[in-house]
Amino acid sequence: MQSIVEFRNIYKSYPGVIANDNVSFKINEQSIHAILGENGAGKSTLVKILYGHVKPDSGEILINSDLAIINSPSTAKNLGINMVFQHFSLFESLTVAENLILGMNENISLSKLKNNSKTICDKYGFNLNLNSPISSLSVGQRQSVEIVRSLLNNPKILIMDEPTSVLTPDEISKLFKIIKKLVKDGLTVIFISHKLEEIINLSDYVTIMRNGKVVSTISTKNEDPETLGYKMLGYKVSKAKQVSDINFSQEIFNIKNLSTQSKDPFTINLNKIDLNLKKGQIFGIAGVAGNGQKELMEILLNENDYEFSGDIIFKDLNINNLSTFQRKSLSISYVTEERLGHSAVPEMSLSENIFLSMNHKSEFKKGDFINFEKINSYASDVINNFNVDTPSYNVKAGKLSGGNLQKFIIGREIMSNPELLILSQPTWGIDAGSEAFIKKTIVELSQKGVSIIIISHDLDELLEVCHEISVLYEGSLSNPLKVDNINITKLGKYMGGLFD
Amino acid sequence: MVYLIRVQLREDYSNFIFYLSPLVAVALTLFFGSFIFLILDLSPIESFKIFFISPISNSYGISELFVKATPLAIIALGLSYCFKNNIYNIGAEGQLTMGAIFGGGIGLLFNDSTSVFLLPLMILFGAIGGAFWATIPAILKTKFNTNEILTSLMLTYVALFILDYFVVGPWKDPEGYGLPKSMPFPEAGRLPVLFDGLRVHIGVYFALIICFITYIVYNKTLFGFKLKVSGLSSKASQYAGFKYKNLIFYTFVISGACAGLAGLFEVSGPIGLLYRDISPNYGFTAIIVAFLGRLNPIGIILSSLLIALTYLGAEDAQLFLKIPSAVGFVFQGLVLFFLLGTDFLNKYRVLIK
Repeated sequence: MQSIVEFRNIYKSYPGVIANDNVSFKINEQSIHAILGENGAGKSTLVKILYGHVKPDSGEILINSDLAIINSPSTAKNLGINMVFQHFSLFESLTVAENLILGMNENISLSKLKNNSKTICDKYGFNLNLNSPISSLSVGQRQSVEIVRSLLNNPKILIMDEPTSVLTPDEISKLFKIIKKLVKDGLTVIFISHKLEEIINLSDYVTIMRNGKVVSTISTKNEDPETLGYKMLGYKVSKAKQVSDINFSQEIFNIKNLSTQSKDPFTINLNKIDLNLKKGQIFGIAGVAGNGQKELMEILLNENDYEFSGDIIFKDLNINNLSTFQRKSLSISYVTEERLGHSAVPEMSLSENIFLSMNHKSEFKKGDFINFEKINSYASDVINNFNVDTPSYNVKAGKLSGGNLQKFIIGREIMSNPELLILSQPTWGIDAGSEAFIKKTIVELSQKGVSIIIISHDLDELLEVCHEISVLYEGSLSNPLKVDNINITKLGKYMGGLFD
Repeated sequence: MVYLIRVQLREDYSNFIFYLSPLVAVALTLFFGSFIFLILDLSPIESFKIFFISPISNSYGISELFVKATPLAIIALGLSYCFKNNIYNIGAEGQLTMGAIFGGGIGLLFNDSTSVFLLPLMILFGAIGGAFWATIPAILKTKFNTNEILTSLMLTYVALFILDYFVVGPWKDPEGYGLPKSMPFPEAGRLPVLFDGLRVHIGVYFALIICFITYIVYNKTLFGFKLKVSGLSSKASQYAGFKYKNLIFYTFVISGACAGLAGLFEVSGPIGLLYRDISPNYGFTAIIVAFLGRLNPIGIILSSLLIALTYLGAEDAQLFLKIPSAVGFVFQGLVLFFLLGTDFLNKYRVLIK
């Protein structure tokens, strides 16, 4: 088979990090080639170099065995290279067709474009109404728009950056069918992912990257998730299996009939949410991003007096109107999705970041003055107990890696002995070692009787640690499913909104 | 993506340079300022001597330096509360004027008083007047989300017109030959001077006390912590449970009270009565002082002395070099320009390709 793309000694460094360290490998024509690696392994940088978005410091790219100089995305497009980004670039208020025409390099009439798009949609089974505005589409449909937009340019090579991270299981299998058909018709697909099973199911070849270097490029035929995972990480990660045959009895936290009626078209209205959490239970809220997770978290935190109807009850006390400060004082702790700039301030030291979340505790204050001694010793305890890799508590939070900072933040909350811990995307974007540590910590915490709610897009994570899972879909929360002998097909249907 | 000039955020910008950059800005100002003198056919070295050295070469000059630096420091210290909180109160000049009207009004109301309580009462009302004027943009900001830069600036002109109204109207001195000014304040309403024959007054002590309190607040207290957090990230401040609206309100009140205090010190100190031009733009210049001092209380004291010198130098330059005193404002502008420039270059790397 002929190679369509060849990377030769690609080198790219950013201040303080080598993103690509002499990367060399070939991609065969008409194949699905996955690039696998952890966050920060250099996958995205590499494909951005191929797409002309980032300039390498040195190295060459060969397209069809010819040296190609790709210094902008438009050169890439002329060479037949297109890319579907992880974050979409669509205009919300324009229609699908209008968005498609904006992506075209050549001049084309709207009617001709609609015809072309319709042909593509019919051929590959994209279910799109060309006249609907983007704001009315689901995340999966938006991705279809992005893919169709690329296909209109008749690409030879299509790069997809983590395309499944925003999709439901059902949408993922549909996408895979489409990709396979595209490849049959002559396309080469470069597929970036860190999900092992997906790569084995979909791709023909996989290049594994670690710390900017290529570990190996292999056929996926003889691999299974475990062997592939070992190659990706260089070490084995043990799973934190939740023991879930416990009979929970004592109710601790209830949400009753929670609804919102916001007129803002860019927020999701919550619809009669009921949730029942017992002492020592871990409850997962699954679902694709943008189905009301942000709004639910906002109401649970109460940072902005978000308006809602219904009741939130913590230990028989209605906390509807209690502020963030008061809720924290009742021993409810929060870890938000965004680390830098929300649950931590990057420009402040770790000690100061302790006080950020613990300023309701009287032990850290002497009247209006701050007791830095106590805070520093609390910070040291967090650093020691939660394996935070840092020379001291005076280091600025922004200097820590994502995983280290998340361990610090979760440690900070856990050390305050909460009775209820609410986490949003606790392991998003962090290294596998920290992820495993955090999962283990969460499970152990529940065994000590702390109740935990996890809002996450990562289904595998929820299945690993939770006792029960509900799915949030367009503002409605499904009935809970026990994770013990869970029916994955049913869960998949729930994620597509098929529940009462 | 081909740009001729690109800027890139520095991963690791230096704290040392952050504190060094005011000095760099001053050096650059002197360097480029010398061209102004060259263009005017004056020797830069002689001119700088007249501008920066001769004004403070005697005790009178040094006293004048403190007279100018005192209001600048007091206002800038107040403004630093707002700026730390990312609230841009540009209307200190108006708050200063209101402080002068309120406090001065008390002085005129009791113009035959000899009580020792008159001056403290005037000082109190000066602070209240400034704080009152600052609460207007604060309320507009918190209730209607209006831009505080615009409202506070526009209210400055309103305050100046109110002062105008009083000094040509109800408070006009009947024996003032029709000039737009009030009667002088009674002796009990005048700010004591520190040395006989010099104008430097006890406002200096106030500036130092405010500096000390501010230092403590910023470094040791919960309130200072709240300001720091909400200045760096409003989301993190909400996460911490701080009420941002309250912080907006408090910082406006503090900075307004400081500006009002400075206004009262001007009228009951060096001036002794109310008239139209009570402040040579102290309220605006204090913005430069606050940033040049890196919003650090001690830095502000130092930068207030430096900027005060540009006022004195401009007066001497007009007298001895026969150039307009506006050259003082040119220097203030240059300092601010170079300070913003050095800050930018410290934070970003410029790549030219």
